[in-house]
Amino acid sequence: MEHLTSNNTLLNVGIFLPLLGVLLMIFIPKKDEYFQKAVALATSVATLVVGIVIAFKFDYSKAGLQQLHVDTSWIPVIKARYIIGLDGLGLPLFLLSMVITVLVMVYSWNHIPDPGNPKAFLILMLVLEVGMNGVFVAQDLILFFVFFEIVLLPMYFMIGVWGGENRQYASLKFFLFTLFGSAFMLLGFLALFFKTGAESFSIEYLMAHAGAIDHNVQLWIFGAMALGLAVKVPMFPFHTWLPDAHTQAPTQGSVILAAILLKLGTFGFVRFAIPILPEAAKWWAPVIGILAVIGIIYGALGCLAQTDMKRLIAFSSVAHMGFVMLGISTLTNFGISAAMFGMVAHGLITGMLFFIAGSVKDRYHTLEINRLSGLLTQAPHMGWLLGLCAMASLGLPGLAGFWGEFPAILSAYKPADGLSVPLFRTLMVIAAIGTVLAAAYLLWLLQRVAFGEPTAEFADGYHGHAIGDMHMPEYLAWTPLIIGIIVLGVLPSLMFKVIDPSIVNIAKIVKDSVGG
Amino acid sequence: MLLAAAANWVRPVLDYHALAPEIVLAVVICGVLLADLFIPEHRKWVTSSLAGIGLLATMLPIITLAVNGADRTMFGGAYVVDNFSLILKALFVIAGYVVVLLSSTYLDEGGYYQGEYWVLLLSSILGMMMMASSRDLISIFVALEFLSIPAYMLAAWKKRDLKSNEAGLKYFLLGVFASAVMLYGMSLLYGLAGSTLLTDISAKVNDAGDTALIALAVVFIVVGFAFKVSAVPFHTWAPDVYEGAPTPVTAFLSVASKAAGFVALMELVLLGFPGAWRIWQPLFWVLAALTMTLGNLVALRQTNVVRMFAYSSVAQGGFILMPLALGHNAGTEVITSMVSYLAFYAATNLGAFGVILAVTRKTRRGDMAGFGGLFSYAPGLAVAMTIFLASLAGIPPTGGFFAKLGVFKAVLSAGGAWGAVLAAIGAVNSVIAFAYYGKLMREMWMNPAPDGDTLPIKVPQALTAALGITVLATLALGIIPNVVLRFGDLSRLVGAIKP
Repeated sequence: MEHLTSNNTLLNVGIFLPLLGVLLMIFIPKKDEYFQKAVALATSVATLVVGIVIAFKFDYSKAGLQQLHVDTSWIPVIKARYIIGLDGLGLPLFLLSMVITVLVMVYSWNHIPDPGNPKAFLILMLVLEVGMNGVFVAQDLILFFVFFEIVLLPMYFMIGVWGGENRQYASLKFFLFTLFGSAFMLLGFLALFFKTGAESFSIEYLMAHAGAIDHNVQLWIFGAMALGLAVKVPMFPFHTWLPDAHTQAPTQGSVILAAILLKLGTFGFVRFAIPILPEAAKWWAPVIGILAVIGIIYGALGCLAQTDMKRLIAFSSVAHMGFVMLGISTLTNFGISAAMFGMVAHGLITGMLFFIAGSVKDRYHTLEINRLSGLLTQAPHMGWLLGLCAMASLGLPGLAGFWGEFPAILSAYKPADGLSVPLFRTLMVIAAIGTVLAAAYLLWLLQRVAFGEPTAEFADGYHGHAIGDMHMPEYLAWTPLIIGIIVLGVLPSLMFKVIDPSIVNIAKIVKDSVGG
Repeated sequence: MLLAAAANWVRPVLDYHALAPEIVLAVVICGVLLADLFIPEHRKWVTSSLAGIGLLATMLPIITLAVNGADRTMFGGAYVVDNFSLILKALFVIAGYVVVLLSSTYLDEGGYYQGEYWVLLLSSILGMMMMASSRDLISIFVALEFLSIPAYMLAAWKKRDLKSNEAGLKYFLLGVFASAVMLYGMSLLYGLAGSTLLTDISAKVNDAGDTALIALAVVFIVVGFAFKVSAVPFHTWAPDVYEGAPTPVTAFLSVASKAAGFVALMELVLLGFPGAWRIWQPLFWVLAALTMTLGNLVALRQTNVVRMFAYSSVAQGGFILMPLALGHNAGTEVITSMVSYLAFYAATNLGAFGVILAVTRKTRRGDMAGFGGLFSYAPGLAVAMTIFLASLAGIPPTGGFFAKLGVFKAVLSAGGAWGAVLAAIGAVNSVIAFAYYGKLMREMWMNPAPDGDTLPIKVPQALTAALGITVLATLALGIIPNVVLRFGDLSRLVGAIKP
């Protein structure tokens, strides 16, 4: 395959620049909190600037190709190479990860959760960014795995140290679940490596040679890889870590988890699992589709039962990622495009919802829906934003959520050749019911939290402190997300154009593969 | 008879360059012993410097030999200096150096005998270096005793402490028992082959096929070494010894002695009787699976940090054994992956014990809660320990990840269901392992300091140096593993032993 290798140091800078900030921050004394925050913010902004430069250098007319490609020797003994490259598939998420990090840094300016220590908190966030940026450009499975795992420890500490009451349990659960999945994913990678002649871990090489593997072995390997990715997504029935992790994580952690970390799983399916083993993907597609739809319904029902706002949003992630996985499981151009769009849209919308939940908690010191009411009268701007995000999340046309959800459902009408049409049409109908449930739980949430009069408990504010509306860091951190939600909702083609060429390639690979 | 043989005796050709590392270390041992006689009590710390410098001096001939690169064979093939032995000698010497750094403050402050300690420690390291070069039953056995006997005494170094005495005695009794079992197996092999050279034995074993006699010999030898490397179900001595022995000695036993045991095992199995793989492969399969699973499950329940590391070390031993379970089919990968694993494990575990030493020096308690709140008052130590724990758990970008990757790779490269099942067991175990490594991380990062005591920890210089070396090594093995793994690429050696 052809590669564009110009400007190839840029991508490296884009991944590893945050480490420079980490290095600086280590030498800044713990007490200079403002200096710490400034350096962290500046680093993330500088990284984003690199990202924007990359976006400008990116040749959109060749979005299906690997651009800014780097391929150097790394560990010859293991035959792992350092291969990175950006195509239309990775670009949106690569940028999203940079944007979200900046916004989270801005938000952290006056929202360092207990027990404080911004130095450690921000350093972890920057380390996290390295892993996230790296995953979306890695083109070698071992490299992918290393980046995939780098995010684990920072997030573990973020939840465990700065989280809510039940943080220790939640953080360990998050870690063990992910580790369990990724251990098997690694075995899948190794099996793939040996079955293709023990030559290379490069995704491109494996795509060219994996077709020769025995069909049954392919199924096992895909299963192992899918297990690791499914835990991360998370798909039903591996989702149980998610509500705990989200609920206990500090706001920043929840936002990053929702906006980026969950995408590592779905992205992995599209990036390598399906293109390398299209035959096996066809065999597994019905299973994935069924689990996805179970996730949609289960997540929605879970939402209806929640009494905690943050936990409700967490369960809604299970449902939304179900739509994404449903789109992927159709293995069509249409479905995978919808899934990719859904990933970005969910990142923006749910990230935003978690931000709002965090700020509500800051003001009311509770997220119990029963005790909250009348947000619109006490903090009207925030209340309206909650309304907008709820609409976006339930898939209102004109906002970003719609373009992830609706096409994903529609794509199930006509899955890839060789997949059972009646099955996927049934899935389509059930998923459509899921959107109704989504409207129900989101509107109900909005109604209970934002409408009406404040409850007696908070009528005079929290313990005499008036409930303030949004302040500067919140405006700064949220505006870009809101703009993103609206712009992508009105002009979805902006993104579809970028991702389409890569997805056409993948859909073609699936189509060309024999049977299933 | 004996006289007649003596008459035919020809003086073997001695390659002094090849023997230089051993000779230098032997001279250093004598030097430390002599110096100890003349150094007054309050300046005994000088002996530790001598030991450290002596070990660094030992590195020099190892490096010149490595640069020279030629394989050297002596005593009719009984003693060999090749890449395999050089990388291991370097590993033992560097690990020994780190142990010296770990021990010096401990001995000084505890008021323990110093000169003798260093002599015994260096002797044990000398034994390990000999082990790396031995290709003969007798030299293997002599090396093994040479490295073990000083270790028995080191384990009992806190002589007024009952637990330490128990540790020494237990280690001695079980060690001798294991040696006896192993020796019996060796005698059977000698009886079969009429030679003690591993190459001769290998040829005879190939000719003979899988007879009951060979099976018996193999089982005895493997069981003997299973004691030495504390593989389940022969591990029961390890936690008691590790807990009772002085902490730096525990670090030494759990890393260097254990590594030497694995080296001997590799030599015997892969050079001595590779042809009997139908016998030893299933043995190792069961041993590896049992060792990691049981080690991990019991480690989960530990509350004492050193005991937890003892069981962790048992479990890690299971991972090191994994490649041998498919040793016949996996080829080069077996040795490469085992040597890489030993290198990673040495760096990481020594570092972890360094942190334990630094922390217990202040808290004076051995339970996990003693690590509470470490991050709040000693962030450097907490981060270092986190890196070590992540490495032991096999999380990138640390050395442990590539070590585990190598082991999995070796097992899967053999192909077949047995390899896949063992790899799956290993994968599940690496998740279980995180549960207890994570427990310690949790204490350090998320729990408050016991009794609210958050005075900063003063780390002695020697310990700081040891931690610096081990942190760098752990990260280097993870980020640029190629630099280190290249030395572990021992295709030539394996090429030589393939039947």
